[in-house]
Amino acid sequence: MISSHLPVLQVILPLIAAPLCVILRQGTLSWLLTTLVCFMSLAISSCLYDQVMTEGVISYALGGWLSPWGIEYRLDKLTVFMLLIVNGVAAIVLLGARSSIPNEISSDRLYLFYTAFLLNLTGLLGVIVTGDAFNLFVFIEIASLSSYAMISIGRDRRCLYAAFKYLIFGTIGASFILISVGLLYAVTGTLNMNDIFQRLPDVENTRTLTTALVFFVVGVGIKAAIFPLHLWLPDAYSYSPSIVSTFLAGTTTKVFIYVLIRFIFSIFGYDTAINGGTFNNLLMMFACAGILYGSYLAIKQDSLKRLLAYSSIAQLGYMLLGISLATEAGLAAGLIHVFNHAIIKVALFLSVVTIIFYCKTDSIIQLAGLAKKLPLLTSAFLVSGLSLIGVPMTAGFISKWYLIKASLQSGYWGLVVVIVFSSVLAIIYIWKFIEASYFKSSEKELVALNEDQKTPCLLLFSLALFVIANIYFGLDSSFNVELANAIANDLFRK
Amino acid sequence: MDFLGTFNYWVVVILMMIGLYIVIAHQNLVKKLIGINIFQTSIFILFISMGKITGGTAPILNEVNTLYSSPLPHVLILTAIVVGISTTALGLAIVIRLYHAFGTVDDDEIQQEIE
Repeated sequence: MISSHLPVLQVILPLIAAPLCVILRQGTLSWLLTTLVCFMSLAISSCLYDQVMTEGVISYALGGWLSPWGIEYRLDKLTVFMLLIVNGVAAIVLLGARSSIPNEISSDRLYLFYTAFLLNLTGLLGVIVTGDAFNLFVFIEIASLSSYAMISIGRDRRCLYAAFKYLIFGTIGASFILISVGLLYAVTGTLNMNDIFQRLPDVENTRTLTTALVFFVVGVGIKAAIFPLHLWLPDAYSYSPSIVSTFLAGTTTKVFIYVLIRFIFSIFGYDTAINGGTFNNLLMMFACAGILYGSYLAIKQDSLKRLLAYSSIAQLGYMLLGISLATEAGLAAGLIHVFNHAIIKVALFLSVVTIIFYCKTDSIIQLAGLAKKLPLLTSAFLVSGLSLIGVPMTAGFISKWYLIKASLQSGYWGLVVVIVFSSVLAIIYIWKFIEASYFKSSEKELVALNEDQKTPCLLLFSLALFVIANIYFGLDSSFNVELANAIANDLFRK
Repeated sequence: MDFLGTFNYWVVVILMMIGLYIVIAHQNLVKKLIGINIFQTSIFILFISMGKITGGTAPILNEVNTLYSSPLPHVLILTAIVVGISTTALGLAIVIRLYHAFGTVDDDEIQQEIE
């Protein structure tokens, strides 16, 4: 009985819990409630994963209104794949939030942070499950508005400016997506994604459709921080409370990569979107430029959070590169990297959260000699850093392996050079921190630890989970690789 | 193409460009928000114009009227207006806190203080 309503429960549960947090008005209780909801949400998404794997696509008519008229929630393999990533990251990051958040947000605002967190989760999950183009826009705005609030909630006054910048960029991006939805409605007369897909062949090659595609790609490019449109990302990640950066880095941009894939494959249709190769060549160019630009700027940063933010721009380039190859193998490689990058970046960000918890700074120069004081923590960073570089037996290696394989299959030798070269750049920026923490201990600047802090057990636990996941998915990648291949297969057959 | 037939769309494009220009060119953060609002309003007009049919009335079922304008864009835009208002409210709240923290609402001055 209840199992048939799981798609809507996935979205409604965090939405109901959000105002409850405001009623509770108390940090610890709100945290308990939020964590409970996140784990329930994770359980729901694993049930949905089972359902989709055994029964195929689930179509849920919201409020009993059938699909061309009412809002349809449509769950296929790609949907549950993304649901698992977002819910997994949210639940485990929240465990860590217990210890670190009170240091970075004043205590009377804690419950507001958890409220914004739940609303953001609602928005992201809604974007993933919905099968209605306008509903998608509304969920995008729920997710974005709450993330502006989460970024601006910290004690550092610079986070306000970062949030405002993100708000301006994000609103323009969302408005572009709205224009695109409007144009699609004008030519097809429907908002249901599946319905639009079926009616589009009648209006193929019209200028309205091309305009809709262009507006959509630019809009979603701003939201996903694809290279030339990434300007909001470094500030937003580096000035916001560190647990917020962790969550955003693990989920938001990936959800918008999902939106890009969903629109290209399930709405515009691959043939229309590719439009004789111009579109994917353009995407590929921006992907390569983003990879090199992000990796290069990451080397020049002193703040660890900012370094990871620029590295995120480069990693988003990899995902885009996979999509732009326009082959099944390429798309699968992009999706594998969506999954792997989530665990890599969250592991790296969580180790930075722990470093900030102990040392109150994330400046690499000030952290010289950290390895002597916190050997386990630095080795956690080292392992996830190796995974980011793509050393064998880590998750990062798997995604780079499949990306290179897919590029060679399509005959792009240049791309392999770009991927390998940017891995070298990744070695340099990860090395910067490793060198400072392991080998600079003899010099005068030694990091000051806050000895009075209690050991943040939960934070260390969630960090350990993600570091182990990095190694686990490097050794046995059957789960994500098989799922990604199945998704790519489904999308190309459609 | 006759100009009057596409009058609404010309207005949409002009308003959209004015809005974007304000966002890019003005240093005052409140003015940037005003620009965003003009930009969003132009999209509202775009949607409403698409739903209108010349001579169409409100979709009420009776014997006299048979030609209806589509009501769906209006409903969508009601939602979009709510979203727009929330964005503006949040933006203004952030501007107020920026003013308390930096003592100015000028983009350049805030950036200088940060660096």
